[in-house]
Amino acid sequence: MLLVIGLLGAWEVYVDSSSTSSSILPAPHSIAEALWGNAGLLGHNLAITAEEVGLGILLALALGFVLAVLIHVSPLLRRAFYPLAVGSQAVPIAVIAPLLVLSWGFGLLPKLVVIVLICFFPVLVTTVDGLAGVDADQLKLLRTLDASRWQSFRFAELPAALPAAISGARIAVTVGVIGAYIAESQTASIGAYAGLGREINSDIYALQTPRAYAAAVVLFAFAIVCFYTLALAERRLAPWANRP
Amino acid sequence: MFTGLELSPRSPEANRPGRSVSVIGVRSSYRDRSGASLQALTGVSLHANHGELLAVVGPSGCGKTTLLELICGLQSPDAGTIECAPAALMPQRDLLLPWLSALDNAALALRIAHRPRAEARARAAGLFAELGLEGFEQAHPHELSGGMRQRVAFLRTLLSGKPVLCLDEPFGALDAITRTEMQGWLGRALEREPRTVVLVTHDVEEAVVLADRVAVLSARPGRVRADLEVDLPRPRSRTDPELIALREQALIALGLGAPCSA
Repeated sequence: MLLVIGLLGAWEVYVDSSSTSSSILPAPHSIAEALWGNAGLLGHNLAITAEEVGLGILLALALGFVLAVLIHVSPLLRRAFYPLAVGSQAVPIAVIAPLLVLSWGFGLLPKLVVIVLICFFPVLVTTVDGLAGVDADQLKLLRTLDASRWQSFRFAELPAALPAAISGARIAVTVGVIGAYIAESQTASIGAYAGLGREINSDIYALQTPRAYAAAVVLFAFAIVCFYTLALAERRLAPWANRP
Repeated sequence: MFTGLELSPRSPEANRPGRSVSVIGVRSSYRDRSGASLQALTGVSLHANHGELLAVVGPSGCGKTTLLELICGLQSPDAGTIECAPAALMPQRDLLLPWLSALDNAALALRIAHRPRAEARARAAGLFAELGLEGFEQAHPHELSGGMRQRVAFLRTLLSGKPVLCLDEPFGALDAITRTEMQGWLGRALEREPRTVVLVTHDVEEAVVLADRVAVLSARPGRVRADLEVDLPRPRSRTDPELIALREQALIALGLGAPCSA
């Protein structure tokens, strides 16, 4: 908190003492003004972006988790899916985002695709590790109790993978916000409300720099809230994790 | 309390017991990290009668854990035969599932056997009081002491309903005071719920206090050095001269004969 205040203070002093125009680098106070003055507009755009990111993360969690389980249970599927999943992360999102918009229009779908594409991967990797990290002796013990493959999964592997998957989602949520920004940048403005990414871009073109910064601040705060919400969810769903 | 299993009482006069566990001429090897094949056990023959407690003592790395895994059917021997009633393993580490309460951990085998959750819990809860675990039913493993965790793990093994229990150094990780308490408690628990038990330990005193017979294994590759009857009434006193003599015999078989060497 002190660090944030210090940084903001330094920024304020720098901008006020130099002759930088507020359309190049706005001072914190003018960003705060823009934030206050455009609260309604930013709130609407936040709702749009939050819907995209929220849905996207949930879908990415589901997709990453299911793929991880498939990869875990079948060496064949591991060979089939893992390279594809890794390859999907090398696809430059900024290039395919406009193509997705071209084929699926300006609606929610292409944005969701971009976010899920970026976000499922951390979930997949952490979940695969979580599943593989189950103590071999634990599985042996379950076998002596005559547990079937499914029961070993249900009693030991699934609960172990759950916090791992949520950890993956925590990593994913921050890149997911960037994904939302990229996807929104490709959409034409439909009215004034098209998400915070769109807002930032059109404000920059219109030299409404303080408002662009204000939108970025909202995005910044949103990512932090998402991150800690997932941390809270992890503690709720997996209270045994992260204990000594 | 334990219905559905016909088990003979532990007093040896009461029956002409059959064998629950027979290990005949077993050889077993394993691969170490570099892939080299190491002999764990060679020419090992052991048996335990119904309701008997067989203790297996030996130095570290003499293949005691391998022996239990063979008995539980987790491995097959390279040579020799193993005849055994269904056996449940209580591993060295308690391996309680951290996401389940103590009660659900104890009832795990019943859940695996597709018993309804309420019934499984009720049966486990019935034994909680007897084991001094009352009030800790809903506690999670990280909230329990080492001794309590071992008791929950023992309960889980007991509730598997299998006639043979394989206990792998169940008290090895506990401090001396807790260990002595737990030994007393195990003896009493088995009097109430008789089973055939194969107890692996490196503690000779623990072996002679608890067991009907003590098999002494040599260092790797493990072979049977001595097979001692402990025909003493229970509860046993650690200072009973006969018990001390047996302990001494076992120590000699381990190559630790001199009285001061322990």
